[in-house]
Amino acid sequence: MSDNHAPRTASQRVAWITTVVVASLVLVFLMAPILAIMPLSFSSGSYLTYPLPGLSLRWYEDFLNSPRWVSSLKNSVIIGVASTILSMVLGTLASLGLAQWKSKFKPLVLAIVLSPVVVPGVITAVGLYFFFAPLGLTGSYAGLILAHTALSTPFVVITVSATLQSFDMNLARAAASLGASPIYAFRRVILPLILPGLASGALFAFATSFDEVVVVLFMAGPEQRTLPREMFSGIRENISPTITAAAVILTTISVILLATLEALRRRNERLKGNLR
Amino acid sequence: MTAAFVAGADASSEVPLKRRLKRAERTRRLKALALILPLLLFLLFTFLGPIAGMLWRSVDDWEVRQVLPHTVAALADWDGKDVPGEPAFAALAGDIRTARDAGTVAIASKRLNYALNGFRTIMSGTARNLKALPEPGTAKDTLIGINPAWGERATWAAIKGASGPLTSFYLLGALDLTRNLDGAIVAAPEEQAIYRDVFGRTFTISLGVTVLCLILGFPVAYMLATLPTGQSNVLMIFVLLPFWTSLLVRTCAWIVVLQSEGIVNDSLRWIGLIDEPLRLIYNRFGVYVAMTHVLLPFMILPLYSSMRSISPAYMRAAASLGASPVTAFLRIYLPQTVPGIGAGSLLVFILAIGYYITPALVGGAADQMISYFIAFYTTETVNWGLASALGAVLLLATLLLAVVYGKLVHGQQVTGGMKN
Repeated sequence: MSDNHAPRTASQRVAWITTVVVASLVLVFLMAPILAIMPLSFSSGSYLTYPLPGLSLRWYEDFLNSPRWVSSLKNSVIIGVASTILSMVLGTLASLGLAQWKSKFKPLVLAIVLSPVVVPGVITAVGLYFFFAPLGLTGSYAGLILAHTALSTPFVVITVSATLQSFDMNLARAAASLGASPIYAFRRVILPLILPGLASGALFAFATSFDEVVVVLFMAGPEQRTLPREMFSGIRENISPTITAAAVILTTISVILLATLEALRRRNERLKGNLR
Repeated sequence: MTAAFVAGADASSEVPLKRRLKRAERTRRLKALALILPLLLFLLFTFLGPIAGMLWRSVDDWEVRQVLPHTVAALADWDGKDVPGEPAFAALAGDIRTARDAGTVAIASKRLNYALNGFRTIMSGTARNLKALPEPGTAKDTLIGINPAWGERATWAAIKGASGPLTSFYLLGALDLTRNLDGAIVAAPEEQAIYRDVFGRTFTISLGVTVLCLILGFPVAYMLATLPTGQSNVLMIFVLLPFWTSLLVRTCAWIVVLQSEGIVNDSLRWIGLIDEPLRLIYNRFGVYVAMTHVLLPFMILPLYSSMRSISPAYMRAAASLGASPVTAFLRIYLPQTVPGIGAGSLLVFILAIGYYITPALVGGAADQMISYFIAFYTTETVNWGLASALGAVLLLATLLLAVVYGKLVHGQQVTGGMKN
């Protein structure tokens, strides 16, 4: 792959350099706004402009001393963790079933299972709002956890299914032929091998719930406001530096999730390489 | 071992192998289904059911039927040509009296007001002034005496049109259509006809964002696919990190960067290029910038994966056969990226037409897309029928595009570049 381009003529070199310049500008466009607001959260002044009058942690202090922000972070974690666990159980079982199931209805079932990703957030939110209100599930943790589970499970199914596709089913057959019960074979043979895939699925599920705001906007009562929800009202009212502190905290969590995912992917590729 | 073998052979002579295989196959299938079933049932409750409920609301017409049951029954045979006779008036007077005691007049008048502007006033005035049930035979005169509107055909046509059980009123309304007094479908009055405009705007913005993403994403994907793996992996962070950063963080960042006291305006003023701050946000420009930023990774990732699979040998072959670099690019390279372009563009477009948060935060009043109106009618004016009808149209558009997308990426991969 490496010497693929290797510009030979002058005009080719110009074309390549132009591509690199344009592409780099686009990459800057992608990254710049995120990087631009980070230093503002460490400002000692209360205006969101450069140059910074001085450095301080006062906006982080403000964040941690505000019951609204702290409880929203707590809510995000509670709802994220609970919906991740639920979607992992449902999604992993379904992926195991889908891997073995052969039927002409499989594309239809797969489409249904993946549909929460495609359907616009507002439609899901409005539907849930109508449907859950008479059941007393709006303004409750349970309602939000159920809704977020529905939204994150497709990512679990996608990730776990991809892992299962590369899993050698002969290993399960070998375990069975040596007398292992299906559950024992799952626990001792299948599970350890697909564990990185499961972990990626869990990270996707958590990230989906952690970032979701439309359903929360419709369904959460004042008690269940999550961090993105609190940011939404913050942006609506007036952007204070505390929001930039919240943004940095959210971004840090995203970076940790992304780094973990990348580490899992690398590990998985290494393992695959070793097996071959 | 031998014994087991013999026993097995014995069994097979009783039950043919084919049947046993079939049975084993069936057990396997049932087991697989049993694993999928919990998720399907869960989605039925938390996703499919709610969406079906929303679709139902877009055609459900229960209010008038429930509040004015006798009137609805009396109007069943009304031909709509002239004001109905005394029995309908008597039924209406009775219904209004009952509804007033039950406190349900507002439910019906809200629905009737959608059909005929001002109906709310007619209903509440009538409910207030109808002190007692009119003497038999005088209902018509009494009601017309309270409000002359009862002597008009349009008033009764509105009740008849809203008497359910199903209605096309909201769905037609979502397309700027309505029914006239004779029941024919006609264009809605100009001041109510805003939704085609909103759908058009949603389409325009989504298309614009898709084109911008393609123009900006193509060079990035090309560079990433061409560079050695080590370098492209590092640069990939520039795509993946924004992708994983919360939507709210990115939207908030753009406001901070683009607002009138923001970083861009401050720098431009400092350089001396402008005196007055430019209006870069809370307008269409801001919507394009923020949405393109949010959706760009969804274009780059599928493009990148399709470009990565193009063997450099093709380009070398084209060059060795005398094709100029431009010809080789246009005739050999570009056609092979078409599946990636198609997948990326469709994905961005599908996501864009459903956008709510970003336009709501960085757009002005004239930049709101269809999702905004669905949310508005759900929570602000509580016109759930119209909200559901607009939702139904958006859902239909999304599902059609998703089917095309599914056909396009089918065979490429199950995951179809959804999130990675």
